[in-house]
Amino acid sequence: MIEDPRGPASSRQPSHADLGPGGPRSAPLAVIECVGVTKAFGDREVLRGVSLAVPEHNAVALIGASGSGKSTLLRCIDLLEEIDDGDILLDGDVITDPSVRPDRVRKRLGMVFQGYNLFPHLSVMENILLAPLRAHGTPRVEAEARARELLARFGLEDRADTRPDRLSGGQQQRVAIIRALATNPRALLLDEVTSALDPELVGEVLMLVRDLKADGMTMILATHEMSFAAEVADEICFLHEGLIVERGAPEAIFESPERPETQRFLRRLLEAKRL
Amino acid sequence: MTDVPAPGSRAAARAAARRRRSRRSTAIAAASTVIVVGVLVALIVSAPGWPAVRETFFSWDAFKTSFPDVLSGFWLDIRLFVICEAVVLVLGLVVALARSSTAPALFPIRALATLYTDIFRGIPTILLVYLIGFGLPALELDGVPTDPVVLGGIAIILSYGGYVAEVYRAGIDSIHPSQKAAGLAVGLTPNQTMRHIVLPQAVRRVAPPLLNDFISLTKDVALVATLGPLEAFRQAQIAAASDFNYTPLIAAALLYLCVTIPLARIVEHMQRKERAR
Repeated sequence: MIEDPRGPASSRQPSHADLGPGGPRSAPLAVIECVGVTKAFGDREVLRGVSLAVPEHNAVALIGASGSGKSTLLRCIDLLEEIDDGDILLDGDVITDPSVRPDRVRKRLGMVFQGYNLFPHLSVMENILLAPLRAHGTPRVEAEARARELLARFGLEDRADTRPDRLSGGQQQRVAIIRALATNPRALLLDEVTSALDPELVGEVLMLVRDLKADGMTMILATHEMSFAAEVADEICFLHEGLIVERGAPEAIFESPERPETQRFLRRLLEAKRL
Repeated sequence: MTDVPAPGSRAAARAAARRRRSRRSTAIAAASTVIVVGVLVALIVSAPGWPAVRETFFSWDAFKTSFPDVLSGFWLDIRLFVICEAVVLVLGLVVALARSSTAPALFPIRALATLYTDIFRGIPTILLVYLIGFGLPALELDGVPTDPVVLGGIAIILSYGGYVAEVYRAGIDSIHPSQKAAGLAVGLTPNQTMRHIVLPQAVRRVAPPLLNDFISLTKDVALVATLGPLEAFRQAQIAAASDFNYTPLIAAALLYLCVTIPLARIVEHMQRKERAR
């Protein structure tokens, strides 16, 4: 079955006008776009009007303190949380419209979690094949060929039949990324994919993400690895208490941040590193 | 400064000490077992009523004459609990899924499932056997079974279905929400996520408590005797009533143990494996 890559969602041209300064001015249609997204858990406002556009082949890094709303924003984009106000668009389709079926949207996105969230009762291969076979109806031969190709590319071909709990944290997270890639998503959402890893295992996961960026994968990554964000991202968004208070190219943000909140955040990170 | 021992000499000394310790533990365990068992046996055998008890409960002759009937009764028990357990496994799962559903359209089914577990778990099994065994046929409806074995089986299935549904539900609730999130994130529907991600893990986790319930079910099949079918306990009762010798009851008890003890060992084995994970 061939699906319309845009899915059943209602199409609407996003209005770039209300993005304000810092948003994309004209230009290519963004793969992912958030317009004034708000989200509260009870009376705690986690997102207070976030606007963001990610053009194709671009990587946007979300930085900010724990609790600033980075993870929540990613979960909202993958429709794992329902937003209160605003809109989120995928390839120009409003995906946060209540009439849109969430599973149809999630099929077009790949999400990777901080805690890997591999399925412990399935082998590595079965973890990767589940979505292509069950959600996309890809023929098994085809899905398996793609899975083997991805495993080989990222040095895990001999792990196909292993259970996730036999793998190191770094290997598990690489499998989780491959699982998200198995269905050729339009964009990848990476939620602090190295935060749960032992320091010596961070490198192998970052290397993989670097490869994907070189391939032109569109992605949003929430991260605490500033040097990595600087290297891989086209744009850095600094979140503070549910708002993007500063955004720009990595050099601008890291070398001459304008807002006091950004300056304080970066200074604290620097001090922590010296200790 | 002390001399550095030759490599390996320390290891040998420690191994010898370990062997001595373990020999000592074995000897102490054996001695205490002999003493405890000996005292118990002496107490029982020296009781004033022991000769009479030995004759009425442990008579080899009575055992030999009653055993074939008790055994054929037990064959009925085996068939009954195998069928009941299979049906209970499915019924419990259906009820648990109904109770775990969240769709608003399924509210009546959810309410019904809750009502079911509340009622059938809350009534003593023996009462259910009576109510269904005598009440259902009294309705004189067409198509309602009248065979007491079937009616007793239905009562036991309904009673255990409630327990097993709760065991399943506990298992489903114990799977971390991040697993569900991961299933949804790869593009599965909520139903597919339940079927391929949550349920397989939940069932694995609750296998030991499920088997525990089956040990109880195996024994409670004897309650069907109250409706009249000639299963092991009933056969033993009949044999005992004919000559006031209770040895056939011991025979029936032994047959039950032949099934329940292996089951208990399986449960322990599974629990050990689960802990080792």
